[in-house]
Amino acid sequence: MKPKFRATLLASLGLIAAPAALAQVEIQWWHSMSGQHNEKINEIAKGFNASQTAYKLNPVYKGSYPESMTAAIAAFRAGNAPHIVQVFEVGTATMMAAKGAIKPVFEIMKEANEPFDAKNYLAAVTGYYTDSQGNMLSMPFNSSTAIFYINKDAYKKAGLDPNKAPKTWKEFTATAEKLKGAGQACVYTTGWPSWVHVENFSAWHNVPIGSKENGMAGFDAVFQVNSPLHVKHVSMLADYSKKGLFTYSGRKQEGEDRFISGECAMLTSSSSAIGKIRKGAKFDFSAHFLPYHDDVAGAPQNSIIGGATLWVMSGKKADEYKGVVKFFSYLSRPEVQMDWHTATGYVPITNAAFELTKKSGYYDKNPGADIAIRQLNNKAPTANSKGLRFGGFVQGREVIEAEIETVLQGKKDAQTAMNDAVSRGNDILRKFEAANK
Amino acid sequence: MEKRVVFRSAWLPYALVAPQIAITVIFFFWPAGQAIWYSFQLQDAFGLKTQFVGLENFRALFNDAHYLESFKITAVFSFLVALCGIGVALLLAVMADRVIKGALAYKTLLIWPYAVAPAVAGVLWAFLFAPSIGIVTYLLKKNGIDWNWVLKGDQAMLLVVIAATWKQVSYNFLFFLAGLQSIPRSLIEAAAIDGAGPGRRFWSIVFPLLSPTTFFLLVVNVVYAFFDTFGVIDATTQGGPAGATQILVYKAYYDGVKAADLGGSSAQSAILMLIVIALTVVQFRFVERKVQY
Repeated sequence: MKPKFRATLLASLGLIAAPAALAQVEIQWWHSMSGQHNEKINEIAKGFNASQTAYKLNPVYKGSYPESMTAAIAAFRAGNAPHIVQVFEVGTATMMAAKGAIKPVFEIMKEANEPFDAKNYLAAVTGYYTDSQGNMLSMPFNSSTAIFYINKDAYKKAGLDPNKAPKTWKEFTATAEKLKGAGQACVYTTGWPSWVHVENFSAWHNVPIGSKENGMAGFDAVFQVNSPLHVKHVSMLADYSKKGLFTYSGRKQEGEDRFISGECAMLTSSSSAIGKIRKGAKFDFSAHFLPYHDDVAGAPQNSIIGGATLWVMSGKKADEYKGVVKFFSYLSRPEVQMDWHTATGYVPITNAAFELTKKSGYYDKNPGADIAIRQLNNKAPTANSKGLRFGGFVQGREVIEAEIETVLQGKKDAQTAMNDAVSRGNDILRKFEAANK
Repeated sequence: MEKRVVFRSAWLPYALVAPQIAITVIFFFWPAGQAIWYSFQLQDAFGLKTQFVGLENFRALFNDAHYLESFKITAVFSFLVALCGIGVALLLAVMADRVIKGALAYKTLLIWPYAVAPAVAGVLWAFLFAPSIGIVTYLLKKNGIDWNWVLKGDQAMLLVVIAATWKQVSYNFLFFLAGLQSIPRSLIEAAAIDGAGPGRRFWSIVFPLLSPTTFFLLVVNVVYAFFDTFGVIDATTQGGPAGATQILVYKAYYDGVKAADLGGSSAQSAILMLIVIALTVVQFRFVERKVQY
């Protein structure tokens, strides 16, 4: 009697569960987009779910970039990884090296017979996420670059022409001194110090961050951020800091908030901050190319991207991958991309989306909104400016930042600090190389 | 006649302690053993490739000047947290012990911070002291103090010490208050009759009688500063600036969890384990001798 009852119960439970399972395939998407960007992600998921009935995309916020990457790694080790995880550009080498844990995008596209051409995507973006055979490994999603913002009201108050932002660091110094003289408490600050002042700085001046094409040609690269130009730039920042022309705000986007509040008059940070600034700033602002040192031949080159891509995890069912593919195609639609681009300040990932945005007249109405994409496409990328791929760069970047901090503190001179950054960074690279042999 | 109670059964005593042993083995020995095992290995982030590297992880650690610096920082941090935590709590307990009106309200309020999660405590203090928007920063700047812990290492250290201490004072306070209330009134009254002032009574009678409590709290506070403060640090300075607040346990967390370097992180955990064992032994062998039970 009893076992029979149990069997019936199980069977009836199965009957209830079965239609639900048949109806929709669930796809988990772990991401790190907070605030305004998170709302946009939910909108995209809603749009995709409404566009078809076979799949249900479920976006989950998993904390900061390193946190969601760690969560995905832990979930993979425990055998229940999500289908899609958003990984920041710094984690690219780690994900690429994990051949058994990820499923390359070009592969699932081929398996699902989805029409897909990597050439439709922006070269400045795909170059970062493509292997040496030219295969696209992860799906470009949110890409930005470092740009330069000014507070036009503060310029006016200091008697400066608000329509003439400094183009070179020389001009920048003169402008900063004027602002300081006019009583501006915080003249200039930056977000993401390593990304802006070392990584993008190197690409912008066409000098290498590391050997082996910035690590893209092999894991046996070494850092080269102690070149005379790097040292000169870092000691310039320290000099600014001493004179009160530069205020250090921290390693993340803290500087953006100080610009928005009007405390700081100039900012270098991600182009993706533009939506936040537009919403929060109670003053007139404009966006510009990053300043450059005019004594460097060939500068400015082009800047490199930051942001994240979507990686697909291995070990899922074929129909689930089909759903992932359908979602990626939806995400690449020009109208979806244009919406994402205009709302967030991240660059559109396809050429078609860029053209569509241009045609819509958005850039005419919002001057500066195309700064990021124009800066990324300023010149054809060289081996120094197409991106970077260093193993363990989550740590590597923190090492660079910590060393820059010691210079700003006045504990080390720029040369010693950058030498130390190179030797400590190389230790991390060697460890990564050994672990991924 | 046998005075002690003895189990006659051969298996019953073992069965009774089994749950406790099981918990200890599963939640303490097993993970500790795993950490030691991992500390001899080199693994990629996803655990797909594992190599046995012997003592390589330890060799790398001791060749890293920043890891050695982290020892110093941890020592300073733990000393300050334990000293401030115990000192402030003792002061508050002595005060609260003398209050008659509204004593319960005082005591309850003083115990409150203990219920706050470390990360929340960290965020709270980080907000108060935030370089551009903090209220305390505003007051300090008004008085001509350039407060910017984002760049100044000493100020960052001060901030995490304050946050970590604030959280621990409640705990210490509870124990001191209980300790104070167990001191016989007659002793203090006798001293008072002999003409000893409040200060003299405290140092000659109360403090020595509190020494078991103080000793216990010293052990607990050092362990707290070593291990439980990483939430505070993660929510405020994240070890910065330039590693000025990178205590050992935070570095182990950072390398293992954020940087996915399991071998290096495990080696640090193994070293931490040794430190705690050594500290506890030292405390019980040398400090305890001075304690009067």
